[in-house]
Amino acid sequence: MKPDWRSHLPRLEDLAREHGLSWSPVIFEAVPDSFMTEIAVYGLPVRMPHWSFGARYIYQLLQRHMGYSRLFEVVFPGNPGRAYVASSNGLADNVLVAAHVLGHADFSKNNLLFRRSQEQVSEHIIEHAASHARQIERDIEAHGFNAVERVLDAALSLEQYIDIDCGLRREPYPEYEPPPPPVSDDAFRSRFATLDGDDKAAPQSRRIRAPLPPHPEKDLLWFIAMYASDMESWERDIFLAVRAESFYFYPVYATQTMNEGWASYWHARLLREADFIAQDTYLDAIKCHSDVVRPVAAEEQIALAVNPYHLGFTLWEEIIKEGGIDAARQIVREDDDFSFLRNHLTRERAAEMGLFRYQKQANGPVKVLSEDIDELREAILKDKYNFGAPRVSVAEVRSNGTLVLEHHSDIDKRGLDTDCAKKVLEYVAHVWRRPVVLKTIDAASKTVEVSTTPAA
Amino acid sequence: MNPDPPGNEPYGTPYAAAQAVNDWYELFSRGSRDWLRHSEKIREAVRDHLPQIVSGSDIISDDGARTVRVPVRMLEHYRFRLRTDSEPQGVGQGAAKPGDLLGPANAGSKPGGKGAGGTERGSAELLLEFKVNDIIEWMWDELKLPNLQPRVGQSEEADWKREGWDRRGARSRLDRRRSLKESVKRRALESSAPSFIDEDLRFRQLTRRRQPALRAAVFFLLDVSASMTDADRQLAKTFFFWVAAGLRREYRSLDIVFVAHTTDAWEFGESDFFKVAGSGGTVASAGLRKVTEIMQERFDPATCNVYLFYASDGDNAMDDREPARAALESIAKAARYSGYVEITSGLRSTQSETARLFDELGVHGSAVGRCSIKDPNDVIAAVRHFFTLESQSAATGAAPGSEP
Repeated sequence: MKPDWRSHLPRLEDLAREHGLSWSPVIFEAVPDSFMTEIAVYGLPVRMPHWSFGARYIYQLLQRHMGYSRLFEVVFPGNPGRAYVASSNGLADNVLVAAHVLGHADFSKNNLLFRRSQEQVSEHIIEHAASHARQIERDIEAHGFNAVERVLDAALSLEQYIDIDCGLRREPYPEYEPPPPPVSDDAFRSRFATLDGDDKAAPQSRRIRAPLPPHPEKDLLWFIAMYASDMESWERDIFLAVRAESFYFYPVYATQTMNEGWASYWHARLLREADFIAQDTYLDAIKCHSDVVRPVAAEEQIALAVNPYHLGFTLWEEIIKEGGIDAARQIVREDDDFSFLRNHLTRERAAEMGLFRYQKQANGPVKVLSEDIDELREAILKDKYNFGAPRVSVAEVRSNGTLVLEHHSDIDKRGLDTDCAKKVLEYVAHVWRRPVVLKTIDAASKTVEVSTTPAA
Repeated sequence: MNPDPPGNEPYGTPYAAAQAVNDWYELFSRGSRDWLRHSEKIREAVRDHLPQIVSGSDIISDDGARTVRVPVRMLEHYRFRLRTDSEPQGVGQGAAKPGDLLGPANAGSKPGGKGAGGTERGSAELLLEFKVNDIIEWMWDELKLPNLQPRVGQSEEADWKREGWDRRGARSRLDRRRSLKESVKRRALESSAPSFIDEDLRFRQLTRRRQPALRAAVFFLLDVSASMTDADRQLAKTFFFWVAAGLRREYRSLDIVFVAHTTDAWEFGESDFFKVAGSGGTVASAGLRKVTEIMQERFDPATCNVYLFYASDGDNAMDDREPARAALESIAKAARYSGYVEITSGLRSTQSETARLFDELGVHGSAVGRCSIKDPNDVIAAVRHFFTLESQSAATGAAPGSEP
């Protein structure tokens, strides 16, 4: 039998500790490729059933089959963390993966965004997701498959619409407008109060009912679960379950470049320094590493996408070379991809990596645009806000119960695909039980309304 | 330095437990389960688009084809999405200077730029295979021969029905649930009894029962004259194909007679009928007379429900008007229903020769009806039109020979 990669693990861990990495314990589990694909598609090893996952699953299987991509590992942060590794990985793959996982585990333990999310969602997301899935199975038994599926259609289509800043647990809005701030008690006021006058009838402060929502609400899942008047409680629970999982996904999504770069940096460094690994294993592993972090496919000169592994890896190497490991650790703690790229993707580094902006011309070639580091950074980041979803929020609830959603086309610079939006509104109207309206703009930047009423 | 549990001890157990690849992963696949649900939803969606499938005319050309292949897009779970940008911007990497024009945009299929939510549209197409029988089943849920009536005479037949249980029988008729029940009962009485003995076994029994049969003969009359283009003929044949397949499924003792006519008329076997082509003028009365002839010879309207479905483009020779009217009248009187399918793939707004004949008969209270097919999407509507109107024409009381 081949020497098992696990035998290297204790020494890799010692090495990592010497470099100051710290992590919660990680449970490794080897699983078949098909299960790896499922984890990648569902985002969690056990998750609620929905047909859209099935479609993505087959699509991914096809992609895998055609050799487009391969999954080595998936890590779930938590305490303990869990790492799933493909049972088809070779020895060198797994040594690399183990070192890579240590990097991820260090990142998710120390990064504030991860810490905050784990405080809110819990450090046991896998168990929570499994219990959501089990609850939904029970709902299916109680209410029928189709009823549950329609709620999931709605909840999962709004999966990206949470408000990370307001947190997972939120109080409902105050029912009334806050009272006006007390009048300050200065010399003039106190003298004024002593004056004669029929001011016995001090202005009776009537409480004013606050509009709903009091401000545009980004957290659509929360808002619907809280304020849909005729929703069943099990339907609300499904919305809140999907929402909790989104809160868990957020840091994974918002630190992808940093996180993958950090893990790649550490697998490269640990392997380089691990003298206990046989030379041929090291060479195989390092070859695998360079496949992962290469910017451009082997047979091509130019890629029209940025490989986040490469971008993150390169930036971390530079940062640690220039500022040392402690500066890097502070960045790990405090940044997410937005601040990371804005602070550390300098013009020189971008030029060295050969990053460029381009524009696909209608039915024509791709044109490389002018160099501008600010625009380049924003171009990389533009699909990362809000899970890359267009910005839509609740504008108002009309007196007849109509839910009015508004698309912030001023930020997105483009309107929504109205056919698609209509379908989403149909999902939503089913749980809202009343008409749903969406405002966006058309190709000529004129405001258009898409609306739907729930089917009887 | 290391705030984690000291040493490697805590890791020891999980690693050991994880040594063996868990076998259950191979047994249950969430992905496949949800994929099955996706396929089911596609099937439901396809049911709603039955007309397009039904019009897939290559179904009928191949006698052995028992399945239809339909290309479908994967179902999309909709999310809010921006309108497609005709000139999208992006970020790339490599040796390129501002102002460079790179070759035509082929989407960078690097694994890097993928959104975690799977926001990009999967554009895979699937080829779904449907059993013709399934499609017929969907179509035929509610379709019936109009005005069908039990006819006495040689219209009773004996049939095998399931009835009762016995201790002996063919192995294929073993009723496992009942056998298990017997075994449970027996073991409740004795202690330490063997789990199954021969006496426990129960077999379903069959017995012959006489049932009133609904005897019916359906005539398909097709105009194959030169004025019917290939496309027209194909439409008519598609219509006939689905009607025949559906009727066969619904009624076991059903005779279908295939007749084609130009200025003359011939009876065909089923497979030949679906291949028949012709040329020459149109004399509807020739076809109608042929139908009458066969009817009198083989299907006595007194003991048999007779139906006529005639497909034509409606052009009939001018001098044939009276003979055609007479022939049709005599058929309409005897038949339980006569339907006319007008193939109008060309533009035509006025009432055609043949349509007028049918309309006149309808006015005089005969059980006739007509429907037109313009393009393949109309085929299913035409089938529905004729085979769901039972109550409607019963309401008019127009069925010939129907005693109050």
